[in-house]
Amino acid sequence: MEYLIGIQGPDYVLVAADNVAASSIIQMKHDYDKMFKLSEKILLLCVGEAGDTVQFAEYIQKNVQLYKMRNGYELSPSAAANFTRKNLADYLRSRTPYHVNLLLAGHDESDGPGLFYMDYMASLAKAPFAAHGYGAFLTLSILDRYYRPDLSRDEAVELLRKCVEELNKRFILNLPSFNVRLIDKDGIHDMEKITLTAK
Amino acid sequence: MLCRSSRLKLVCLFGQISTMQSSSGIPSQETLPIPSSLPESLPFTSSQVVPLPFPMAHGTTTLAFMFQGGVLAAADTRSSCSGLVACPASQKILPIHSHLVGTTSGTSADCALWKRILSRELRLYQLRYGRRLSTRGAAKLLSHMLHPFKGTELCVAATLCGWDGGDLFYVCSDGTRLEGSLFSVGSGSPYAYSILDQGVRWGLTVEEATSIAREAVYRATHRDAYSGNFVDVYHVTSKGWTRRTREDLKEDSHSHICCQKKRVP
Repeated sequence: MEYLIGIQGPDYVLVAADNVAASSIIQMKHDYDKMFKLSEKILLLCVGEAGDTVQFAEYIQKNVQLYKMRNGYELSPSAAANFTRKNLADYLRSRTPYHVNLLLAGHDESDGPGLFYMDYMASLAKAPFAAHGYGAFLTLSILDRYYRPDLSRDEAVELLRKCVEELNKRFILNLPSFNVRLIDKDGIHDMEKITLTAK
Repeated sequence: MLCRSSRLKLVCLFGQISTMQSSSGIPSQETLPIPSSLPESLPFTSSQVVPLPFPMAHGTTTLAFMFQGGVLAAADTRSSCSGLVACPASQKILPIHSHLVGTTSGTSADCALWKRILSRELRLYQLRYGRRLSTRGAAKLLSHMLHPFKGTELCVAATLCGWDGGDLFYVCSDGTRLEGSLFSVGSGSPYAYSILDQGVRWGLTVEEATSIAREAVYRATHRDAYSGNFVDVYHVTSKGWTRRTREDLKEDSHSHICCQKKRVP
């Protein structure tokens, strides 16, 4: 039902998430933000079971902030991703596992941009592009076909639009709008929402 | 409102039709446990379970929305227990403090208890820190208090309607916490949503808002078996909450609500 997508470029990461918060067959919110700001240059996109998403994402968010307060500098995206994965893995075989699927996107001064794919089984993979949700079945092949490591920002947004168009055409559920953000060395930038009408 | 009698061991719910599988999307085939002391002739000892098209829970209709005149909350008053109307005059909108009310849906006992716990915690906060906790804070507090019970049979779905920084929040025992300007919860909520989506705007007057809230609950009770009887309307403003006299929908159906059927152009 929910959809996340991330595309990494040479010096940026572009991420998008749908805006629907649903309960059974009802859309309770049309403007729900599924992205959590972990630090100035790291975003965590989180979908999954109703309460687990917010609880887990806020837990990670506060811990990343705590690290910065204690040590004076921020965690790198790779470190934050591994910290998140470790928490998922620790809770996996407890009585209360978190059923969440995540994309962590960030920009590091030394390593450059990074996109990390994590799922509820506590797997972690650094990938050039990734997607979560049923919509991923429809859009991953588009990403496979058109992705190049040297995509410009406009080309990446265009690729994202292609994916959203495909979802609007073939996906059985209505996902009318998507939040889009871009992370580069200057931080997190909000981009124009992609909606059904304004293609 | 709570129907825990000593002879019947059935727990009274707000018509919880399926048990806690609703969040995982699997319709539950369970019926309530049948006490052996009941004679065979009672209807619910021989009911056959028909699978639901999608998981439905919280047999009720509650709604709340924000507009220029404050926050309006409305709910029906039927407490159902499987196929039985256990109480036709229960109260589903509970005041938490002078400027905060909560609509309740789910298991009536759970809702009543957790509302009282929330009232207590908010009062303690006020005494300790000298100021009232915002509605957003109250929603987060309730959500975090309910989190340890996730995965158990606890079922609470509430909207907190307040007038102190952040006005309308939906909190559910499965962990959902949403801020918004319009919510409807319960088995009658799809019917209520369709009425509200047509008419709710920011610029409504208090009379118009009350009328559309009553109409939405009325239409939902007309279609939903687990909602009905009366409608309660609460209005929250900067001066606190006020309550309209409870209205019988049976009488309303023969008067002006029915006559206001508009022709769809």
